[in-house]
Amino acid sequence: MQKLLKYVRESQIWKSVFRHGYPDTPRNRTLAVLSNVFLHLHPVKVRRSGIRLSYTWCMGGLTFFLFLILTLTGLLLMFYYRPTADRAYEDIFALREHVPIGVMREMHRWGAHLMVISVWLHMYRVFLTGSYKPPREFNWNVGVILLVLTLLLSFTGYLLPWDQLAVWAITVGTNMARATPLLGHEGPLASALSFGGIDFIHAGDDVRFGLLAGRFVGEGALLRFYVLHCVGFPLIAATLMAVHFWRVRKDGGISGPL
Amino acid sequence: MHSLLASMLPGPFAAACLPAGGGGGPVDDGPVAAAIKHAANWLTEPTRYSVASILALIAVLYFRRFFSKVWVVTVFFALSTAFFVFAFQDPNFNAIITKPDNVPIIILFATVVFFSWLSLRRAVINDERTKRGEPTLEGELAKQKVFTWPDLVYSELICLVLFTAAMLVWSILITAPIEEPAATARTPNPSKAPWYFLGLQELLVYFDPWIAGVLLPSFIIVGLCAIPYIDTNPKGNGYYTFDERPFAISFFWVGFLLFWVSFVILGTFLRGPNWSFFGPFEYWDLHKLEPMVNVDLSTWVWVDILGKPRPDNPFVREAPGIVLVIGYFLVLPPLLGKTVMRKMVADMGMIRFNVFMHLFLWFVLIPIKMGLRWTVNLKYFIGMPEYFFNV
Ligand code: HEM
Repeated sequence: MQKLLKYVRESQIWKSVFRHGYPDTPRNRTLAVLSNVFLHLHPVKVRRSGIRLSYTWCMGGLTFFLFLILTLTGLLLMFYYRPTADRAYEDIFALREHVPIGVMREMHRWGAHLMVISVWLHMYRVFLTGSYKPPREFNWNVGVILLVLTLLLSFTGYLLPWDQLAVWAITVGTNMARATPLLGHEGPLASALSFGGIDFIHAGDDVRFGLLAGRFVGEGALLRFYVLHCVGFPLIAATLMAVHFWRVRKDGGISGPL
Repeated sequence: MHSLLASMLPGPFAAACLPAGGGGGPVDDGPVAAAIKHAANWLTEPTRYSVASILALIAVLYFRRFFSKVWVVTVFFALSTAFFVFAFQDPNFNAIITKPDNVPIIILFATVVFFSWLSLRRAVINDERTKRGEPTLEGELAKQKVFTWPDLVYSELICLVLFTAAMLVWSILITAPIEEPAATARTPNPSKAPWYFLGLQELLVYFDPWIAGVLLPSFIIVGLCAIPYIDTNPKGNGYYTFDERPFAISFFWVGFLLFWVSFVILGTFLRGPNWSFFGPFEYWDLHKLEPMVNVDLSTWVWVDILGKPRPDNPFVREAPGIVLVIGYFLVLPPLLGKTVMRKMVADMGMIRFNVFMHLFLWFVLIPIKMGLRWTVNLKYFIGMPEYFFNV
């Protein structure tokens, strides 16, 4: 057994993947982090205060982890889901009927709820420890955009089951856009954009129409939300997360008193 | 929590199967149970709920040495659990609390309370240490450095495994719900936005959509972005503290805990059909009507005080409100800056001060309007439905 392990460890294949021995010496521990693109987001050494659960609450890490779970389960769900008004509901419903102990939809739904909570708590912790203060002002702002993206991801996903809950929650939410000053047809100043009796802003061209691709939540909105939910927002969020993590490192690691 | 929920699993389905008008009806309670339920319904009425939570928040922050004790939070959670167990017996309470999509709101409540307590506790300990000239809890550990592998990577891995297990258990126990297929012609009552926006939907009671749904969310985002540039206090960076930044912490507590989290909870559990208020033990009666007796400021000035009909020209009619709002946003900041807040202006500079004041005044407008609605039934300061411009 020992021999076999040794043989494997010394084979060309193993060595081509791992550039260092088991990480139990300072040298190998350093290499373990430096030679791995994912671990490399971490510095080699960290302050002991910064990795305490009682300090970070692990909420940033949890948010990221939830994002990974959601990406994975979301991908699997996409195999079974067609974003059209006559298919969407049936496809979701069929998941329950045809997959005996399927938990993908559950993991995706509960995970999405949790991600909203964990991102709030993460922001709360960052505020309470004053970690937005120099030099981390910029990373706080990246965080705010990530927070908005998290809500948008959740909001666009809310529509996809195409049941009563989904459609009406999105209707209530997007109704707000009608009242956008200048750009919504029931917003203040919209009537100022009316020339010679012709309204430039009306229900058929205001911001809400742009969001929904229609005057109400219909097939156009479903497709639009689907594309943003599955491709647009995740791509932006993933990119910004990379920036966010990189900046945590570059700003001197997790904050601590110095 | 999970086992408790598991035993409740049929809850949502049972609730759905109750006869029409069911869930409600006379519930046979002993005198004690009835009294507790009555008290809970009474206390959660929005006015009392908001005032009570403001008072509670002030008390917790002021007596933070007491509230950060371990036994206090233990007793709090024990009492909450006891209340939940008791309340689950009630069909009305059960029907709303056991909806699968409301489970996260309970998690939100528990985690927010717990972490607020934890941060307060560490702040109290740190402040005492600083007073004695000792390093903070974080300061003591910050000097030591450890290897990412294994110290950090292993704890990440352990978190990940435990968390995945918990997610799996939850997902197996509670099936994701799906309602009737979408029907654009049938509006459900109540129609609620997704839960994380319910704080904003609650504000629709007091403000028009262009403020509650467009301006305020924008200001929240802008305000959050502005925080690091407005807060010039260099202290309290990288450790928990209260004494070194009392205003910042209190402000965030009020904003986040009160106006965001607690309104989400209010919107989820206590707002029923027509967005009417329902106590936790009340049946969601479609026909509950709340009288609308709100009046505009212009009606009040022209009709009640001057004893004339309201003028036809909307700008003349709304002049009192316009003057008031302009005064609030344009006169108040320089006035305060020249007088009571002179030191703040000197510390922050003109630009920071003005950005801060304007965001702050919008924030304060919320409790002002709520207070005026509750006390004198004010509808709008400026009511110009002609231009969809109501403040
Ligand atoms: C998708 C959302 C987000 C993810 C995945 C994420 C992830 C992380 C992680 C893993 C860390 C390392 C420390 C920790 O776990 O606490 C971190 C730190 C940080 N995050 Fe986030 N975050 C997100 C959103 C936010 C938001 C909403 C804010 C603030 C508005 C924010 C501001 C910060 C700041 C300033 C730090 C540095 C904290 C320090 O050095 O102590 N992040 N983030």
